[in-house]
Amino acid sequence: MIAIEAEGLRKRFGNVEALKGVSFRVKRGEIFGFLGPNGAGKTTTVRILTGILKPDSGKARINGYDIIEETLKAKQSIGVLPEVSNAYPDLTAWQNIMLIASLYGMRRREAETRANELLKEFGIHERKDAKVRGFSKGMKQRLMLCMALISDPEIIFLDEPTSGLDVQSARMIREKVLEIANERKTVFLTSHNMDEVNLLCDRVAIINKGKIVTVDTPERLKSRVGGNVAIEVSFGGKAELNLENVERFGDKHVIYTTNPYKTICEVVDFARKSGVEIVSINTRTPTLEDAFLKLLEMER
Amino acid sequence: MKCFAIAKKDIVMYYLKGPVVIFGILLPLFLFLAFWIGRNLSLNFLITGLISMTVFFASTSVSPVIAPWEGQMRTLERLLACPISTTTIVFGDVLASITFGIGISLVPLLLALCFGLMFNLIIILGIILAAFCFSCLGLLFSSYPTNLPSTVMMISSMIRFPLIFISGIFIPIQKLPAWGKTISMLSPLTYFTDIARISFGMSPFLPIYIDFIALAGFSVVFLVLSIKLHERALLSRL
Ligand SMILES: Nc1ncnc2c1ncn2[C@@H]1O[C@H](COP(=O)(O)OP(=O)(O)OP(=O)(O)O)[C@@H](O)[C@H]1O
Ligand SMILES: [Mg+2]
Repeated sequence: MIAIEAEGLRKRFGNVEALKGVSFRVKRGEIFGFLGPNGAGKTTTVRILTGILKPDSGKARINGYDIIEETLKAKQSIGVLPEVSNAYPDLTAWQNIMLIASLYGMRRREAETRANELLKEFGIHERKDAKVRGFSKGMKQRLMLCMALISDPEIIFLDEPTSGLDVQSARMIREKVLEIANERKTVFLTSHNMDEVNLLCDRVAIINKGKIVTVDTPERLKSRVGGNVAIEVSFGGKAELNLENVERFGDKHVIYTTNPYKTICEVVDFARKSGVEIVSINTRTPTLEDAFLKLLEMER
Repeated sequence: MKCFAIAKKDIVMYYLKGPVVIFGILLPLFLFLAFWIGRNLSLNFLITGLISMTVFFASTSVSPVIAPWEGQMRTLERLLACPISTTTIVFGDVLASITFGIGISLVPLLLALCFGLMFNLIIILGIILAAFCFSCLGLLFSSYPTNLPSTVMMISSMIRFPLIFISGIFIPIQKLPAWGKTISMLSPLTYFTDIARISFGMSPFLPIYIDFIALAGFSVVFLVLSIKLHERALLSRL
């Protein structure tokens, strides 16, 4: 039932302690989001779980196989889309996919059938015999995804799969992720894009400075900010709003509340008393980003 | 089996390029002409020297830069995520390099046939073993942990060019003083040059079986060493 299990993973690069004991479990069939600011240790975690890096200490099991003791078996059951990685530019799309298929030990016939299917699904079939050198960024990323999926893996690791892509390519990749999960496959997804994580993931781990801050569903994370309504106010001058559950983002104050009427009155009272103008005020539901920022704030 | 897929990738990606092939044939030829002009040497001596240099340069031409290139082009991480070991990657790179080395060495061999020279077919065996040995040497160069192909090229040139001068290609080893003979024994190229000369009916420097054993010995040492060093270097390339 457990697809990915990490236990006390630690990794140090020189003076930088990239991971300080990372533990979590991903259930089979889950889309698991891994969210964190730059340098939090997301890529390092993915590299350890995919058998590319060895942790200094700690353990990880992938599909039941110990990633250190049974690296090749563990790797055999996963597909990987690394964060920054390229297909071979002077090979064709087809040759690139077939290379990966051979390295996974697939039979030729099976590999060809599946490669044709994938290339069609991702809309690059008509370019399959063109060198990758001439592909656009979006096409390259779709090809990399075909390469990650060619072996029909049980578990798929995607390290920021949509970063830097246009809306259309990004949407196509997100739709594919959902399809993959519908086939009872496990997806491990790192991302900076809160909407993406919110839309796709069953559960989200938030990692900061090499430590897991929390693991929960996107809905519960959002409810943790302290209310079901977020009120955004900006004042026409310097103002220090002193209410419960208030966060400052630039010139904006965001107040999380369960009683918007009461909070708005308090804000208006505050503006009147301190003689500042309210430039704008609006209400919305809290986003995952709110939760994320709040949790990182509490860490500090 | 998986190393064949790696080798195929290497050949399409790195070897089957016009400049690489042409340079592989022309470099030894030019070097040779430069040393030939003004000297009275037999055709047999010339051709065997040319064959030696061609196998040596071809087998060590591209193999040293594959690893740094892959690091720089960022294709390496994709490869490392596949269920293969470092040994498979090294074997694949060696296999591609051997294929190229043997292929290019057919050119001077055909040249010998055109000149009507006779030779013993044992040279084919020699070429195969030599291509293997020098390819492993090439991979040893590439195990230097850098992503700059130019750095590796410099290291490999610093070792390759001196080697051809101590391997009996331009001056027969028999004519060297004792210390020269001793130094020449350190170069794997010496043994292949000897095999080539023997195959073309010239007087041996060492018994031919010793040449084969020495080449095989060098190959094993280079191969084991490069697998060990690549295992360490690969991660620093990510
Ligand atoms: N090979 C390496 N050598 C030295 N330091 C490294 C190496 N890889 C990662 N680090 C350091 O480890 C920390 C975590 O890096 P990591 O790449 O895992 O972060 P990340 O969460 O993926 O960030 P990003 O969102 O920018 O991709 C960073 O401080 C980084 O500088
Ligand atoms: Mg990263």
